[in-house]
Formats: sequence, C-alpha cells, structure tokens
Amino acid sequence: MRSLLLVVVFTLAACAQQPAKDDSLYRDLGEQAGITRIVEGMLLNIAADPRIVRHFENIDIVRLRDKLVEQICVEAGGPCTYTGDSMEESHKGQNLTPSDFNALVENLQDAMSAQGVPMPAQNRLLARLAPMRAQVIDR
Amino acid sequence: MTQLPRCIALLFGLLANLAWADGRLLATGGASSIEGAAGGGITPWAVLSGYGERGEWGADVFATRVETADYRLDVAGIGVAFDNRIELSYARQRFDLGTLARNLNLPENSLSQDIFGLKVRLFGDLIYDQLPQVSLGIQHKRQKDFLIPSLVGAQRSEDTEGYITASRLILGGAFGYNLLLNGGVRYSRANELGLLGFGGDRRDRHSVLKEGSVAVLFNPRWALGVEYREKPDNLGFAGESDWADLFLGYFPNKNLAVVLAYARLGEIATLDNQDGVYLSVQGSF
Repeated sequence: MRSLLLVVVFTLAACAQQPAKDDSLYRDLGEQAGITRIVEGMLLNIAADPRIVRHFENIDIVRLRDKLVEQICVEAGGPCTYTGDSMEESHKGQNLTPSDFNALVENLQDAMSAQGVPMPAQNRLLARLAPMRAQVIDR
Repeated sequence: MTQLPRCIALLFGLLANLAWADGRLLATGGASSIEGAAGGGITPWAVLSGYGERGEWGADVFATRVETADYRLDVAGIGVAFDNRIELSYARQRFDLGTLARNLNLPENSLSQDIFGLKVRLFGDLIYDQLPQVSLGIQHKRQKDFLIPSLVGAQRSEDTEGYITASRLILGGAFGYNLLLNGGVRYSRANELGLLGFGGDRRDRHSVLKEGSVAVLFNPRWALGVEYREKPDNLGFAGESDWADLFLGYFPNKNLAVVLAYARLGEIATLDNQDGVYLSVQGSF
C-alpha cells in the first residue's frame, strides 16, 4: 500500500513538471562556457564603443557579466535561474534611447559572430531579447 | 571641369564628417528606390533614408542605372530624414529611348522628370514594436520633355501621387534567417512612373496599385529578394506592364549599399520583353 502511494506521488510529480524544455538554442550558443564568452566579448566591444560606454561606467562589471550570462542562459532555454533585477529596475534613470539599444545589439552580434555562432541561432537569441526593448529604453 | 570631381569628393568628405548618427541597425535604412524614397529598387519601403533614429539625422545619395534591351533609365537623387519620422527626397530620372527614337525618328531621344518626395512614419517599428512600421508618402512629379507624351495621349506633365506602405523585419522568420516583408498601395495615374506623363486617352483617373517585396537577409550585410509593382494602363498607343525584379543587396557598412537586380519590365511604349539589369550604388550618412 505504501509503495503504491509512493508511485502515485512520483507519477503526479512527474506530470506536474513542465514538458521537456527546448534547450537547442542554449546548446547552439555553446552552453555555459559559450554564453560566458559571448557576454565577455560583448562587454569588451562595449568598452571600446564611444556611443554607449558611458552607461557602463561606475558599475560592478563582474556582477553585470554574471547576470547577463544567467539571463541569456534562461532566454536560450538553459538550466539557469535569473537572479538579477527586472529590466525596468536595472535601467532606471539611464534614459536609454533606441540608438543605445541598437548599439548594444550590434556589440552582441559582433561578439556572437566572433564566437562563430551560426546566423539562425543569433537571430533566435535576438528575437528573444527584442521584446525587452520597451522595458529598457526611456526609463 | 577638373574641379567637379574635387568638389564632389569635398562634399562627400564634408557629409561623412558631419555627426550624422547611425542609431539604426545595418541594412535597416534599405536602399534608394528609383523614385528617391528609401526602399527597395522599384518600390518604397516604410523605412526612412539613412540610419538616424530618434532625434538623429540620416541621409542617402544614390545613383541607379537600369539597362533593358531597348531602353536605359538613369536616376540620381538624395534623401534626408530626421527623427526616424520624416523623410524628404529628390530624384532626377532620365529615360533614354534608344531603339524607339532611332526606329521612329522621334523628335527627342530621352525623357526626364523630377520627383519630390515626402514620407512620414505613422506608427510602428521595423523590428521592435507590436505593430509593423507604417509610413505614408506623397510624390510630386514633373515631367520635363512633354512633347512625346502629349503626342501619345498623356493628359498632363505634372501630378502628385500618394502611397501607404508597411514594413516588418521578422527575426529568424525564414528558416532561421531574417525575413523582410513589405507591402503597400499607391494612388497614381503616372504613365511609366510619369516619364510618359500623367493620365491618358484611355483612362485619366488615379488607380489603386499594389506593390510589395520579400527579402531574406543571410546575414546583416547580404539580402536577396523579389519585388513587384502594379502599374496603371492609361495610354491607348501601348500597353503598360507591371514590374518585377529579383535583387541582391550588399550592405558592407552604414555608409555604402550596392543593389544588383534582374528586372522584368515587360512592355514599355510598344516595345515588349524589356528585361534588364539594375544596378544602384548608395552612400549613407
């Protein structure tokens, strides 16, 4: 009787879980190591980009890197949890413009290309990030 | 005469050095259409000239040649946009009648016109907003060699037409590659763009004409697509065909675009099967 109860409990628990998550984008980006290289490449590109580098001064760049890696990992369907602030909160007071957003997109694209990420995977990630623009600009 | 190339080089240098902004993404300024508005080759898109985003200026200068079996069209022009909201453009077209002028001993061997354009982005965004980017445009056209058009039935040498067009870039929309969709309607009575005047003996009212294009971006620098444009049929002396083309666009950076196309222009002023090559070079600032 007790073993039957256990089976029922485990079956219910299994059914309650989400269907297997599609992590193909996460794998296309090179998983944790690949995403870390992309984010670091993007931050290096930004450091050399006079259009937007001022928005990254006086912040904890290591923390930013870690949160960006988490975020991209989550968006790509990877086994991560995003522990950072909301997009609205983290961009508050910066008055970012559509041009600033696009400059960051270009730095991300360059970083992905430098890592050899195939164009369809790049586009899939950009399609996941594009809807965030409204939460980022004009805050 | 040797001054001219130096003046042009100086002008380009000056334009390039001005702080024209580049807030939009590569290729999202499109090329310059043959009527001067930012777009594809034979149709305008909802995007505006250059790469300016909110609060920024953008501009294009371009030269285009279309060479068919019996004709040649040369176009040069400029487009200036501000705030990713409003675009002003000017284009001069010169249509070389070639075979037709020789065969018929015509009084003139070319037809020219000026096109002044205004385009306003109404709402939406090419990539980001919920809604696609939708723009409204008007074009005022002045045909400058009206003798031949008047002899074949054209009613006037000057006219204004309007169009509304929507554009959207779907990220990963074509098997993972970015897909650009564009569609619009035009309200016009221009014969062969206006090179053969406006209105005709057969029909002298504006027509609602559909136009559109589809392109795939293999990466941010290369685009391959097709365009289609309905044309009116106002003149009795010859049929006027809808136009189509297959184009390859190259955007190596935000200052240069090159478009090569194969155009099917059908019947133009009695001569049929006017297939040809289209080449356009654009500088953006």
